[in-house]
Amino acid sequence: MTVYAAPGQPGAIAEYRARYDHWIGGEYVPPASGQYFENPSPVTGQTFTEVARGTADDIERALDAAHGAAPAWGRTSVTERANVLNKIADRMEAHLEEIAVAETWENGKPVRETLAADIPLAIDHFRYFAGAIRAQEGSISEIDEDTIAYHFHEPLGVVGQIIPWNFPILMATWKLAPALAAGNAVVLKPAEQTPASILFLMDLIGDLLPPGVVNVVNGFGVEAGKPLASSSRIRKIAFTGETTTGRLIMQYASQNIIPVTLELGGKSPNIFFSDVASARDDYYDKALEGFTMFALNQGEVCTCPSRALIQADIYDQFLGDALERTKAVKQGNPLDTDTMIGAQASNDQLEKILSYIDIGKAEGAKVLTGGGRAEMEGDLAGGYYVTPTVFEGKNSMRIFQEEIFGPVVSVTEFADFDDAMKIANDTLYGLGAGVWSRQGETAYRAGRTIEAGRVWTNCYHAYPAAAAFGGYKGSGVGRENHKMMLDHYQQTKNLLVSYSGQKLGFF
Amino acid sequence: MTDDTISRVAVTDAAAGLLARLRRQHGELMFHQSGGCCDGSSPMCYPDGDFLLGDADVHLGDLVVTDGPDDAPGATGEEFTVPVWMSRAQFEYWRHTHLTIDVVPGRGSGFSVEAPEGVRFLIRSRLLTDAEWGALD
Repeated sequence: MTVYAAPGQPGAIAEYRARYDHWIGGEYVPPASGQYFENPSPVTGQTFTEVARGTADDIERALDAAHGAAPAWGRTSVTERANVLNKIADRMEAHLEEIAVAETWENGKPVRETLAADIPLAIDHFRYFAGAIRAQEGSISEIDEDTIAYHFHEPLGVVGQIIPWNFPILMATWKLAPALAAGNAVVLKPAEQTPASILFLMDLIGDLLPPGVVNVVNGFGVEAGKPLASSSRIRKIAFTGETTTGRLIMQYASQNIIPVTLELGGKSPNIFFSDVASARDDYYDKALEGFTMFALNQGEVCTCPSRALIQADIYDQFLGDALERTKAVKQGNPLDTDTMIGAQASNDQLEKILSYIDIGKAEGAKVLTGGGRAEMEGDLAGGYYVTPTVFEGKNSMRIFQEEIFGPVVSVTEFADFDDAMKIANDTLYGLGAGVWSRQGETAYRAGRTIEAGRVWTNCYHAYPAAAAFGGYKGSGVGRENHKMMLDHYQQTKNLLVSYSGQKLGFF
Repeated sequence: MTDDTISRVAVTDAAAGLLARLRRQHGELMFHQSGGCCDGSSPMCYPDGDFLLGDADVHLGDLVVTDGPDDAPGATGEEFTVPVWMSRAQFEYWRHTHLTIDVVPGRGSGFSVEAPEGVRFLIRSRLLTDAEWGALD
């Protein structure tokens, strides 16, 4: 067991600056308005740094820098760009522990997750796209013996990216790595709940990139995000967040005729077929962990397995064991490596989760465990903690249909395969799903029937690079985490070339 | 709470006061209830007309707010309405519930206009009563 000292305390391995300006053109630039906003840690509720409050003027400056850098960056060889991405990965690896502590302090998630998942995945992601861009090839079509169509990949130019607060560094990396590999310059707006950890990262890796290739402007959505998303100076916008803002971003994009990629969340079913409980073995143990994955990252994951569907004949048994596993989740100081669940990322997030627990109860769902705010002691008393909560109810209830984005799972039973598929697909969303069965045929058929972009089969919450991630239905547009994301950051240039010396004969 | 007539939506006094202040800054306002990731399930407040509505949306009702109290700086005392919308598909899952727009301290996100004030609109829900259900559905 290790308990890391909090940034700002004696012995801390990660220190935040007292104030962050915007990162524009390879240097810190004060906000045009001169205003800053306070940034509290959800671990304690106490402010630990202040951050530039960006406005349209700052976005314009960042776009100026990006447009200045984009032509030269877009002309670099893929070898050069891959080398830069690999150097970023190496630098991050050398500072993994510091970055993990910084990320935990800002977001509230347990350091065991940032050490083992968020930051290692981000490092690997840069390496994956370094490899992918080196291996990418254009194509040729031989139209006839004298006519050839050459297809080249070209960068889009300057792109905008709006990052969510649940995995600030990893989600920034999912967007930055393919955009940079493809040769684009970026203006990136972090979430206002987690504005600083990306700048902590830029302090470490900023010197590896030519000035202006990555620009970070913080601020509130309406003041900084909107001018970025609606700018006529970006060639693409990428957003992870919710549906109303997603629609608004598509609306702005339509006015500028630019492409969008959107990741808008889900209400993921996690399905446990009867044969899961046919033995009490390692697999059964793994399936119980799979159920408990709703508490990973405090449930603040777009693919949180927030609906557990358990086959009727094992319902009581499996749910009983799953409740025991849930009650064993250790809640505490996120900087303690033994802690399994930390703090919700913000006060409004805490309030929203509690409001959902209220409506769940009002609709007649039964609280089997948890069901409220976790009262912590000492420094943590001001933080935002929720006890892992298991509801039992029906799929038509709002707690089964809406993304609570907290450590809350709603459980129901199903009769047979068809019933499971009907419940699983009775949702507006289609981002993730889990299928648990010892029988390959059942698992395969379920995986193909569920309308979701990612179906974890006998596993959950793994996010390796090279496994495409994105949504069906209301969950968005595009696939991240895979080389196909390069296509979302590239134009296709076709040279249609005639090698014939003869005219067509029309004129 | 302004909840004396049968309606699907209501607003708390605190949220109404905030709406009056925001209206002085941004002009007429509207709500669109979000769903999905991160800040989903939150009501998003925009200058009226900023968010394009269409056949995919349902008008849940109008919040009636008074720009007061009289001693508030800049208050006019006039009554104004804020329409509340939701996507039709989402409404199918929400139609049995009554929604009250409240406000809590927080950071917010999305492009909702209240976030820079350090507060966030929040939906509080209850089941419709039988009388309300009969009148509304």
